[in-house]
Amino acid sequence: MILYLLRRLFYAVPIALAVGFVCFMLVQIAPGDPINAIVPPDAPADVVEQVRKDYGLDKPLPVQFGLWLLKVVQGDLGRSLATGRPVWSDLQTAIGNTLMLAFAASSLGFVLGCVLGGLAGTFRGSVLDRTAVGVAVAGVSVPHYWLGMVMVVIFSVQLNWLPAMGAGPGGSSDWSWDWEHIQHLVLPMLTLSVIPMGIVTRTVRGIVAEIMNQEFVVALRGKGLTRMGVFLHVVKNAAPNALAVMGLQLGYLMGGSILVETVFSWPGTGLLLNSAIFQRDLPVLQGTILVLAMFFVALNLIVDLVQTTLDPRIKRA
Amino acid sequence: MSTAITPTAAEAELAVQARQAQARSDGYWAGVWKRLRRDPVTIVCASILLLMLLAIVFAPLIAPHDPYQGSMIRRLRGIGTPSYPLGTDELGRDMVTRLLYGGRLSWFMGIMPVVFAFVIGTSLGVLAGYVGGKVNMAIMRTTDVFYAFPSVLLAVAISGALGAGIFNAILALTLVFIPQIIRVAESVTQGVRNLDFVDAARSSGASGFTIVRVHVLGNVLGPIFVYATSLISVCMIIASGLSFLGLGTKPPEPEWGLMLNTLRTAIYVQPWVAVLPGACIFITSICFNLLADGLRQAMDVKG
Repeated sequence: MILYLLRRLFYAVPIALAVGFVCFMLVQIAPGDPINAIVPPDAPADVVEQVRKDYGLDKPLPVQFGLWLLKVVQGDLGRSLATGRPVWSDLQTAIGNTLMLAFAASSLGFVLGCVLGGLAGTFRGSVLDRTAVGVAVAGVSVPHYWLGMVMVVIFSVQLNWLPAMGAGPGGSSDWSWDWEHIQHLVLPMLTLSVIPMGIVTRTVRGIVAEIMNQEFVVALRGKGLTRMGVFLHVVKNAAPNALAVMGLQLGYLMGGSILVETVFSWPGTGLLLNSAIFQRDLPVLQGTILVLAMFFVALNLIVDLVQTTLDPRIKRA
Repeated sequence: MSTAITPTAAEAELAVQARQAQARSDGYWAGVWKRLRRDPVTIVCASILLLMLLAIVFAPLIAPHDPYQGSMIRRLRGIGTPSYPLGTDELGRDMVTRLLYGGRLSWFMGIMPVVFAFVIGTSLGVLAGYVGGKVNMAIMRTTDVFYAFPSVLLAVAISGALGAGIFNAILALTLVFIPQIIRVAESVTQGVRNLDFVDAARSSGASGFTIVRVHVLGNVLGPIFVYATSLISVCMIIASGLSFLGLGTKPPEPEWGLMLNTLRTAIYVQPWVAVLPGACIFITSICFNLLADGLRQAMDVKG
């Protein structure tokens, strides 16, 4: 068991390195000289040459990757072309905001998905089941950036209940848990929660339906156990797989929130990426993608470890 | 040994039964078609998609106005305006026309990456699954790396680095979907590779290429195709999302995601006109999703 955990940890290292390499290559595949990603286009020629030397851009690609990696490990993601500030300092507040939104949205999505999926799986073929399946399909098919706009139209434009944009007074860095701020979180959270809700509903429904058909459930019922008692057994069996799906969904949300954050001008990584794309600010683009991808790698690892610890049936070589 | 030449009564009976069975079962595809026909949801979705396809293909014939010609005096008209049934956009262009023409690029960008990824991903996946060993290692470990990115993030990263444009967006999306198809193709091929009939073909001297072409492909293409169909829905959402971010098509080209983006400014003036392009994406995407589900059931593919 411990051996497996260690091996799994060890296996994550090459993946993380390779993900780093892909992010490194992002600047390389960009059209034009990669030097343009570091200095503004109007810089004088001798400065450009100096920077080229300083960054090691005159060296072969593998060496460049090594140098870049060394800097990244020390927390140096370069400087933004647009603002001149270090990428990492802008990223910190943005990641905090994105994490907050992703956590809120996924919690809501998981709870709704588990309830809907659990009920649908238990009462298969009922009206409830068909509704849950419909909701699940709609949840995975809806373009969430559009859903965000529809939410704004209904709750901000028509009803005027909730604000359509931003993160409240004080902007991105000044967050506190009062209604003044939380009301800005509601619409993006609702919008974003639809995706995990759809997928979790689908998964939980499948898992529960499969478990309900197993012999031990029949045996438990035959033993005279109450509905509640049987339900607890089912939950215990369904939990590891359901948790795994949810963990990964949290990661997908961090990536998927790019579009939703753009719709609501939520000051997270998505908005940062959006402005980086708009201004062709490659260091910001690269840094943000790298940090988000690393989060996802770590999350994958944690999900795997937790799943193996929770479910002794999973024996992996 | 005359028994081998003149069949006994029992053998003759068996032969007749076999012929009858042949006549009764019309083969695999007829069965699939039969099951599909009895599935109302799939039929409805397929019909909607077919209608949409016809509408966008024949857009120049049925569109009432010019998709690029705007007018400053009739900007942002509401739904139900005479001769502009779905209103006009922020530059006074007819929404019906824009939606019809916009579907062309949205469909193209939703389907082409999946087609490319299907061809490339199937080739690599079948290769990895059939050859195994080091080839499998190399292909599957590379796939793992791309799996370490959430798909929206990877698409935005690649097309963000390459810059805006239809070609770059399609390239980025193709790269996003190749690993996903490789995984499916590899696992299905692994399942087929060790079946008896493949062994039989190998022992009768068929070359690796022939075995893959004749015996493996026929058994793996179905499941991979079903999986690819379900990807079209995802691809369409991400492709329009890229345009929404300003990474796909550029104005004034009509495309649903881009239209949604430019109409965002009009959300307080004509909210229901502004959300129309997204409704088109949603309808297309949900129909493709349900169609994929229906195909999966009709073709009896697991997963």
